[in-house]
Parts: sequence; structure tokens; C-alpha cells
Amino acid sequence: MIDTVRTVETPEGIALELRPAGPVPRAMAWALDMLIRISIYLAAGMGLALLGGAGGGILLILVFLLEWFYPVLFEALWEGRTPGKRALGLQVLMEDGRPEGWGPAMLRSLLMFVDFLPALYGAGLVAMLTGREGRRIGDLAAGTVVVHAPQPPPRQPILAGAARPILPPAPLSLEEQRAIAAFAERAPGLTPERAQELADLLEPLTGMTGAGGVARLQAMAAGIRGERP
Amino acid sequence: MKQQAFEALHQTSWEAFEALLRDGQGPAAPSDADLKELPRRYRLVCHHLALARERGYAAGLVDRLNGLALRGHQRLYGVRQGALSGALRFFTQFPRTVRKRWRAMALAALVFYGPAVALTFGAKANPEIAYLIEDPVSLASMESMYQSDHKAFGRSGESDTDVQMFGFYIWNNIRINFQVFASGLLAGLGSLFFLFWNGAHGGAVAGYLTHQGLGRNFWSFVATHSALELTSLVIAGGAGLLLGQALLFPGRRSRSQALRRAAKEGLILAMGSALMDVGAAGIEAFWSSSALIPVAVKLSAAGGLWTLVLGYFALAGRGRRDADA
Repeated sequence: MIDTVRTVETPEGIALELRPAGPVPRAMAWALDMLIRISIYLAAGMGLALLGGAGGGILLILVFLLEWFYPVLFEALWEGRTPGKRALGLQVLMEDGRPEGWGPAMLRSLLMFVDFLPALYGAGLVAMLTGREGRRIGDLAAGTVVVHAPQPPPRQPILAGAARPILPPAPLSLEEQRAIAAFAERAPGLTPERAQELADLLEPLTGMTGAGGVARLQAMAAGIRGERP
Repeated sequence: MKQQAFEALHQTSWEAFEALLRDGQGPAAPSDADLKELPRRYRLVCHHLALARERGYAAGLVDRLNGLALRGHQRLYGVRQGALSGALRFFTQFPRTVRKRWRAMALAALVFYGPAVALTFGAKANPEIAYLIEDPVSLASMESMYQSDHKAFGRSGESDTDVQMFGFYIWNNIRINFQVFASGLLAGLGSLFFLFWNGAHGGAVAGYLTHQGLGRNFWSFVATHSALELTSLVIAGGAGLLLGQALLFPGRRSRSQALRRAAKEGLILAMGSALMDVGAAGIEAFWSSSALIPVAVKLSAAGGLWTLVLGYFALAGRGRRDADA
């Protein structure tokens, strides 16, 4: 695993794994949220234009509220996610894995101003790239970290019954068993060519190349997981 | 135990835990089932996660258990806060924090009021000085705004422009306060710069207008809302200085620890200053600008509000023990 992982030890003595998100998905989430806000301004602006000067005042109040409090409301009430973050599968958590509350959400929003300096989030980007966990300055001060949220729907059991389980021809170490099981899990998401390319590396074990090798590895994975013919 | 047998054995237990997590969402008080079942099932999931890691089960299963345990952890250890009690507590917490950090407040006040007072007197004696700070065009427009006894700057109760100005003050002034606070992260320099500049700017305008004989109009306009607006700016600046202090002089803590502590207090101060600015914007738009209110009434209201504000910060929340103060 070469992913960035932050481990958090809980009072129960287990280590939870958080996966901090990098600048690219976060910038995309930011852009989505920005689009949403701009469309609200446009819609409200058209309606409020009918009210003349007072409408302009109300629009400025709306801009003020949304620019500073849009992320706060969503993050505090919606499990640390703005609509943009939800679309990108991101979530804001405290460093120790607890949910983000009102205070940290507010701090992140206020300190965004410093992350923006000197232009276009330059300071925030530098902070994210120099730290290990991709945290901008607001995250550091609020004690938060933006992570890839754990996907709630459990993955389907891998190809149960699709391949007749077999046992590996030779005893395998734990690492090797894990590698094969992980391959079987990921194989449905790979292109057939890539899956075969990977399976070909294990030709000494499977004695086959191409699609046959892939099927044989999946059968072995089923055996490793304990399925019985 | 092989992975498949393990999954088959515990599948229902995990599903029950997931259902508990789903049902209990939302702000409602936790049900009995939550109180009894959730911790028990959570510990079980933790146990299974540790087993799955130790036995080297496939990454997919470990990830799933990790996700379950994480959500349980958040439910069990997350804080549910009552919004109302928190809001009430804030009104004593805010002045207490101001008093506790009086040194930062005093420094901010000095950096703001120092140039403000100096330039007020300087520009009053010699209006040339105002041109060092302000460009002639904006000074001239200020001058025409305050001229001719309230007519131009005092909008005689047209609600349309009042609301417009209210929106502008909210958008502009609170943004300035937030920026003064946040830029304290630049080793405190950002806050100092904003404080100094705003003080110098205000002082130059005030002195210049007084010299031009518009003092009565100007001072009666700014006297009331400045109690909230200037005080809130000083507080936001002081809060920014706390951030800078944490970075420059973290003491025996690591810089990031010191920063997080300072940010907590700074947040209380920044939010308090924003609330004050909402009040200031309301007064400025609907009261200060009204030409219908006599100058004497405005000045006595100003005296009352200044007393109230200073008294609030001197006295509110005293004598009550509080764990976090």
C-alpha cells in the first residue's frame, strides 16, 4: 500500500485508518461548491433586481452569508461534507477521526482567507504539498483533516462461486496470499488486458498466461478465502 | 479461521451495527437501543477489525470493517452540542476571553487608536497631512458627502437606500474583521498592518473634515456605531495577534499545538466581533444616517452605547466559575 494513511488509535486499542485527500480532488470539490454558489447568486440577483436598491443590499448580505458560512453549515450539519465534497467522496474529520463540529468548521472557513494568499490559494497549496497529510493552513489551526470518506455500501463478496476454488500448488506466505486476494478483488475493476498482464507475472504459480491465468488466480483467491468446492 | 467462514459467522452482526448507525442519525436524543446496543456492537466490530488485520484477510474486508469502526467511533465519541445553551454561554464567554487576553487587546487598541488619534489632531491642525494618507478625490467626495447640514449624507428615511447600505456594511465590515483576524497567521503582521492602516485612514478623514468645519456632521454621524464598529475591529485584530503569538512564541508547546489553542480562543473573539459588527451595520444604516434625529439625541445615544459596550467587556461573565475560561 503506497496510499497516504493516517492511523488513529482509539480507546478500544485498535488503529483506524484515515485516507487524507490531496489537492486535486479538493480543488474539484471547491470548484463544484463555487459553481453552486454562483448559480445561487445569479438566481437571487435576477429576483432581487426587481427590488432596486434594497435588493442590492439583500444580495450583498446573501453573498456575505454564503461566502463565509456555506461550508460551515454543510460541514457541521452534514457529516463534514459540502455538496462538492460529497460529490467527490470527501469528508472533513477531526485529526482523531471524530466528526467535525461547528467550531472547527467555522475556523476552517475564516482562515481560508490566509490559504488564499498571496493569490489563488498559493499558501494553502504550499501547506498541503509540504505536509504529509495534505492539510491547508486552516486545517492545521482547526485540527482537521480532509479524508476520502469510507464508502458505506460494502463491496460485493468477490465472485463467490464464479470460479471453482482451488488451493495454491505450494504453501504461500501471508503477504503472498493477501496479494492474490487483493488481485481477485480488484480484477473486476481493471481492463481485461491489464488484469492479464498482472496475472502473467504469476505464470510460475498458475502455469498459464492470458485469461486462463486470471481465472486461475481468482479460483486460488476463493480457495484462500476458505470457499470449498 | 478462513475468511469466508469468518464473514459468514459475523455478517448479521455487522449488518445490525450498520442499521444502528443509520437509524441513530440526526439530532434526536439517542434511544435506549443506541445506549445499550451501540457500544457493545462497536466493541465487537473493533475486535473483528483487529482479528481481520492480524489474520491477513483480504483488503476489501479489512477496509469494510475499518469503515464500520470509523463510523462507530464518530458516533460514540462525537460531541452533540445544544445550540441554544451554547449560544447563551457565548455571551459571557466572549467578554471573559477578551479580558483574559487583555494584553493582545491593548496592543491592538494601541496600534489602531495611536495613528487614529495622532492623525485626527495632525490633520485638524494642518489638512496637508491628510493628503499623505488619502488621495484628493476621495477626500473631496467625503467632504461633499458631509457638507450642507445633513442633506447629502443624511438620507432622510428612504428605506430603499437604508437597506442597501445595511447590506453593504454587513458584507464589507465583517469581511474586514474576518480578514484582520485571519491575517494574524502571517506572524501577526497582517493584523498589525490592517489595524494601523484603518486607524490612520479614519484619523486622516476625521481630522480633515473637522478642519473643514464639518466636524458637527461627521462626529454626530460616526459617534454611535463606532462604539461597536471600532471596538469589534480592535478585538478581531487582537484575536489575530493571538494567532501570530502562537506561531512566533509557542512556549513549551509545539507550534501546531499552540496554534490550535490560540485558534480556539481566536474563533470566539472573531465571532463576537462579527456579531458586534452586525449591530454596528444596523445602527449605521438606520440610525446614524437618519437626518430626522437631532444631533443632541444622537450624541447622547452614542454616550449610552459606548458605556454599555465598555461595561459589557469590563463586567459581563465575572464571578462565575467556568471550566474553559
